[in-house]
Amino acid sequence: MSLVEVTDLTVGFGSLRAVDGLSFRLEKGAALGLVGESGSGKSTVASALLGLHRGTGADVGGSVRVAGIDVQEAPDAELRRLRGGKAAMVFQDPLSSLDPYYAVGDQIAEVYRVHVKASRRAARARAVEVLDRVGIPDAARRARSRPHEFSGGMRQRALIAMALACEPDLLIADEPTTALDVTVQAQILDLLHTLREETGMGLLLVTHDVGVAAESVDEILVMRHGRAVEHGLVGAVLGAPAQAYTQELLGAVPRVDAPRTASAVTEEVVLEASGLRREFGRGKKAFVAVDDVSLTIHRGETLGIVGESGSGKTTLGRMLVGLLEPTAGEIKPGGGVRPDVQMVFQDPVSSLNPRRSVGESIADPLRAQGERDEGRIRGRVRELLERVGLEAAHYDRYPHEFSGGQRQRVGIARALAADPRVIVCDEPVSALDVTTQAQVVALLAELQRELGLALVFVAHDLAVVRQVSDRVAVMRRGRIVEYGPADEVYESPRDPYTKQLLAAVPALDPEVAAQRRTARRQLTAV
Amino acid sequence: MSGFGGFVLRRAVGTVITLLAISVIVYVVFYATPGNVAQITCGPRCSPEQVHQVAQQLRLDDPLYVRYWHFLQGILVGQDFSTGTSVEHCSAPCLGLSYQGDTQVTQLILAKLPVSLSLVFGAMVLWLILGVGTGILSAWRRGRLTERVLTGITLAGVATPVFVIGLVLMIVVCGQLQLLPFPQYVGLTDDPEQWAWNLLLPWLSLALIEAAAFARLTRAAMLETLAEDHIRTFRAYGVGERSIIGRHALRGAFAPIIALNANNVGSAVGGAVLTETLFGLPGIGQELVHAVNVVDLPVVVGMVLVIGFFVVIANAVADVLYAVADRRVVLV
Repeated sequence: MSLVEVTDLTVGFGSLRAVDGLSFRLEKGAALGLVGESGSGKSTVASALLGLHRGTGADVGGSVRVAGIDVQEAPDAELRRLRGGKAAMVFQDPLSSLDPYYAVGDQIAEVYRVHVKASRRAARARAVEVLDRVGIPDAARRARSRPHEFSGGMRQRALIAMALACEPDLLIADEPTTALDVTVQAQILDLLHTLREETGMGLLLVTHDVGVAAESVDEILVMRHGRAVEHGLVGAVLGAPAQAYTQELLGAVPRVDAPRTASAVTEEVVLEASGLRREFGRGKKAFVAVDDVSLTIHRGETLGIVGESGSGKTTLGRMLVGLLEPTAGEIKPGGGVRPDVQMVFQDPVSSLNPRRSVGESIADPLRAQGERDEGRIRGRVRELLERVGLEAAHYDRYPHEFSGGQRQRVGIARALAADPRVIVCDEPVSALDVTTQAQVVALLAELQRELGLALVFVAHDLAVVRQVSDRVAVMRRGRIVEYGPADEVYESPRDPYTKQLLAAVPALDPEVAAQRRTARRQLTAV
Repeated sequence: MSGFGGFVLRRAVGTVITLLAISVIVYVVFYATPGNVAQITCGPRCSPEQVHQVAQQLRLDDPLYVRYWHFLQGILVGQDFSTGTSVEHCSAPCLGLSYQGDTQVTQLILAKLPVSLSLVFGAMVLWLILGVGTGILSAWRRGRLTERVLTGITLAGVATPVFVIGLVLMIVVCGQLQLLPFPQYVGLTDDPEQWAWNLLLPWLSLALIEAAAFARLTRAAMLETLAEDHIRTFRAYGVGERSIIGRHALRGAFAPIIALNANNVGSAVGGAVLTETLFGLPGIGQELVHAVNVVDLPVVVGMVLVIGFFVVIANAVADVLYAVADRRVVLV
């Protein structure tokens, strides 16, 4: 008997079919990756395995058997025994997935006592034991901490500890590392790998990131529109994808080892920053976000700024645009002219006013520059819309009528409106699916070539930065630890932190992934 | 300064500053408004000389800030008043003398305060039990008949004025059924049992209306928490509905309940005029209305300050309770 048997599963929400006739099996101790872009139905499948759609009004068809229990037919009490007892789930956002009001250890103990007859004291002891097992230092003390006192990585470890508490046969991980930094992601994936080796539990990993799947599973199932596109051993599917969609998906994934086709970099300096420093807060609470950063940006080049959360990369980007005053240091436009720096923001949803048409949003910089002629404004905005691959007729539409990728195009059009020489892009593609991401990156490259723009590309994703950048600055704790031509930084990194970052990037080839894992173990052992 | 103790201390300092600010504003608003106070105090038949004398007695010719300074002194260390023939000492906290009958405002308030506090705190216990209980029940039975009936009742409760509920209660309970005598205030220290029996109806009528607001708030806050990710976590780990409602969802509703309760307690001390009047309870609210009618400024100012004091204190206590309920508050 297989650990998981899904036969012809359909899940509908009203008129939407999120999952449409999906079948797969997972054997005991095996690991399967469900990979797909947003809206492919992969998370819905994960919820269906635990019967979480029961009572929500969702329309579930087909059959799901997990650890011998028919999830559709089982009475509530039996389903509760399955949940957490035989199959445990780890969620995407480790902050919101724990109750903010209770100590982490108590939450694990509560779950433990649902499934195992144990005293409070024994349950607490078990909580400390599993927290220790997932690598929480000083677990006995930290078990009394509340979730907000944990870092993102520790919270995810705590959730994994909760999953381990009852020794389940199956671990379902729904985007377990999406909210985490790349080095922390590597630690969590390594932890999952070790735990599987030791406990022999099966793993169902749901992810949008092909690299994360390649690191962690034996088999991969590519989903699109609620259906299986391709299913097979991870090496086979990723090495030689048979289906057009899989090929497209893999083609869109940025590679950390693929050099960029050189762009027309000139020697003309458009922006020069020297000794930039920015502090937040005062007195004892003062925090230095950016510390002594100097950069020069040339016409036609892309400067990639890469770093983990809290490294100061966004603060630096905001200072370059003039949204933040530096505490010390100065920013000079090259050749004495006005720098004309514009910005493209991370979240295309919240960076556009939902109550104004996109045309009006794009027209804002024009009006700010003093343009008053409505005819000229409309003409220019239509031109910009077409320039970024939208239609002139989209002028009067509102942000909610567009997809994420289209909204980011609107954001780019708005940045272009003021005819800038430099555009600072702060995580411009991190909220997008890989295929959309590739399109937006291509658009930026095209605009750069045609307009001779200089781009500052701020991102946490090392592969994307490699794909777009001529030169790269690696930031850590407000400082640039490594700065140089992209190929040099990626191929022969000098700084240990850069090495650590690069070693943490998930590889698409399972064999390379295994080598990297060994390499990481050695790096951390040092 | 950090941690819980530091937080409480910072909050206490903030409370004192707020109280001072309130005293300035209240004083200025009432005493700087136009109108001949001396004439009003002295009465319509006073001659201009008598009015002038009264004005001197009341120090109305001094600049406003000097008078405020005396007033503040009175509160902190006490004050002496000359009533023409003799000197009366008014010890701290002295809120001045009433224009009517020269009684000390502090004494006047102290006489009325137990009535108002009895009414408010008794009603508070009832409205918390009734309101939060109803809210939990509605959140638990959400989408079912029970919830719809409860929602209807609480909506009606919010919309009903206190004098309607109070009158109906009095007519039915005291008039028709004769279960209780018509309420008449008896001091807690005089006879605790009679105190409770007599206040039962006022408590109920005040509590029923406030309870409706609490029920709606509790239900809304719990439903909001129930939609959060961490509830999904516990569902996915097989935790039962009773635990999810009683442990996790209810905890999320604590903070808004504490906040609303502080507001209600604070404002009901001086604001339960309708209830006080309806049941003939000689509380702060009634006295304040009377003082306003006869333009007895020292009494009005004193009472408004005392009411402000309770609102501020109630909110300060709420902030500390907030921090106890949710330790993340201290960090801010």
